[in-house]
Amino acid sequence: MQQLTEIRWHARAGQGAVTAAKVVAETALSADQYMQAMPEYGPERMGAPIKAFTRISDQPIDIHCNIENPNVVIVLDDTLLDVVDVAEGITSDGVLILNTCTPAAVVKKALGLPDSVKVACVDASGIALDTIKRDIPNTPIVGAFMKAAPGIIDLETFKGLLAKNLGKKFGQEMIDANHAAVDRAYEEVTVA
Amino acid sequence: MAEQKTVATTGNLVVAEAFRQCKPDVVAAYPITPQTTIVEEFAKFVAQGRVHAEYVTVESEHSAMSASIGASAAGARVMTATASQGLALMWEELHIASGMRLPIVMANANRALSAPINIHCDHGDAMGARDAGWVMLFAETAQEAYDNTIISVRVAEDPEVLLPTMTCLDGFITTHSIDRIDLLDDETVTGFVGEYEPVNALLDTDNPVTHGSFAGLGGPYFEFKKSQRNAIDRSKTVIERVGAEFSEISGRPFGLVETAMMDDADVAIVIIGSSAGNARHVARELRAEGMKAGVVKVRCFRPFPAAEVAAAIKGCKAVAVLDRSESFGAEGGPLYLEVRSALYDLETRVPVVNYIYGLGGADVRLELMHQVYNDLSDIASGSALPGKMVYLGAR
Repeated sequence: MQQLTEIRWHARAGQGAVTAAKVVAETALSADQYMQAMPEYGPERMGAPIKAFTRISDQPIDIHCNIENPNVVIVLDDTLLDVVDVAEGITSDGVLILNTCTPAAVVKKALGLPDSVKVACVDASGIALDTIKRDIPNTPIVGAFMKAAPGIIDLETFKGLLAKNLGKKFGQEMIDANHAAVDRAYEEVTVA
Repeated sequence: MAEQKTVATTGNLVVAEAFRQCKPDVVAAYPITPQTTIVEEFAKFVAQGRVHAEYVTVESEHSAMSASIGASAAGARVMTATASQGLALMWEELHIASGMRLPIVMANANRALSAPINIHCDHGDAMGARDAGWVMLFAETAQEAYDNTIISVRVAEDPEVLLPTMTCLDGFITTHSIDRIDLLDDETVTGFVGEYEPVNALLDTDNPVTHGSFAGLGGPYFEFKKSQRNAIDRSKTVIERVGAEFSEISGRPFGLVETAMMDDADVAIVIIGSSAGNARHVARELRAEGMKAGVVKVRCFRPFPAAEVAAAIKGCKAVAVLDRSESFGAEGGPLYLEVRSALYDLETRVPVVNYIYGLGGADVRLELMHQVYNDLSDIASGSALPGKMVYLGAR
């Protein structure tokens, strides 16, 4: 049977969700997995709520449509919780990862999620400001994702790819800052 | 089999790669909205010196095709890309390209036509051009878009064919999504397509010819059209031959029609493009529950492989044809009309129903495919009669 992981990203345009969806897919490819990554295309307005999708599988992926029953939901902005039903359709054993300062248990209760769904919270924006010096939560939140939903993509492979991608435009300092952001989010994420 | 490089990238990018590897002499393009990044990426290749092509920036899509026609008639290998309104604006030129028997290869990102304004996927743009005399291939995936583009160059330029070829890929779903794709190396592709040897080139001044001249009342217009018909009919075996040759290099299948789980299928979906995989996915699920479901994907629409489609579905108890475009006022969508017609000469009557789906990028959810197979199952068991066209999933 096909091992298919479906990830849905929620963010505001400009937060780097599409890039993150892509890098996660590339990381999966590095491990010889099959993958897809696509944004839900709409009018491009900075700050508007957007969705993106990543599929990862051990076999070729046939389906081409939006993800309605994600195994993993990654939310890059906690103000979206008032605007979008981010947990819509999440599988009963799913994981929701959120960039927020609010404790995971509080978020889980607020979203009315069953016990079987794992909620993982991390202050990805705070970590990004500390390390990368800009509020780009997309890199650290992938660190939190790898901890909260283990076994889908590999931490070292992801960091290696990050270094390769960043190396095209930036120096070692920026690579180190991003690696630090990933490691910190990996360590600091709390799960309820 | 040739060595290949596995990459994570978009359909647009690999079509641009295929263009570069096929070494066109001229690319003329206009960035109408919606255009794709195919021509943008190709422009980069030209600027970087990675391909030696004359890149003509024209003032409209109409001019893009006009310039392509002029360059092709002169004797150049010509490629271009368009989408949606751009293809619509090219309409009169499409007929001139095929009437002058010019082997132009054009990628078309299948996107909706206005109004209302919508830039997302459907096949309305290409289907509007289905009578323009172009060979038309459709890709399910970015991989197929890459493969079809390379195959198209050989097909278009084959002396038995000499027809423009449109290689279609689904807008956004295939053009903009990141997918896993295997790319051949430059030498393999360049060697496969070979050097272009133009026929009746205008720049061959030792052998002066006229292209597209007057052929009015009493002239050979009628016979010209007959020769176009003969050429596109001949193209079928050429596409099969070139496709088979490409398969040997790539290790990937190529068929005018590609079937899945059809050997013992009671019910089948006939479909074009990126949603074929959705149908296959659901058919596999339903097979696990005991329904004998199958999928027939049409990869070549012009020439239409009627015999192959009929052979694939003749044993079915009910068939659904899914159209991602309209033919307003007709009995059904363009694919439906072809499939129904293909079945007419069969001894047995196969019930066929038509679904219009995914217009303007409407998401093709898996539950919609379930709905179609369930309807088919009811028809196959005799508990429902084949009904009129259904707008699948419309609110």
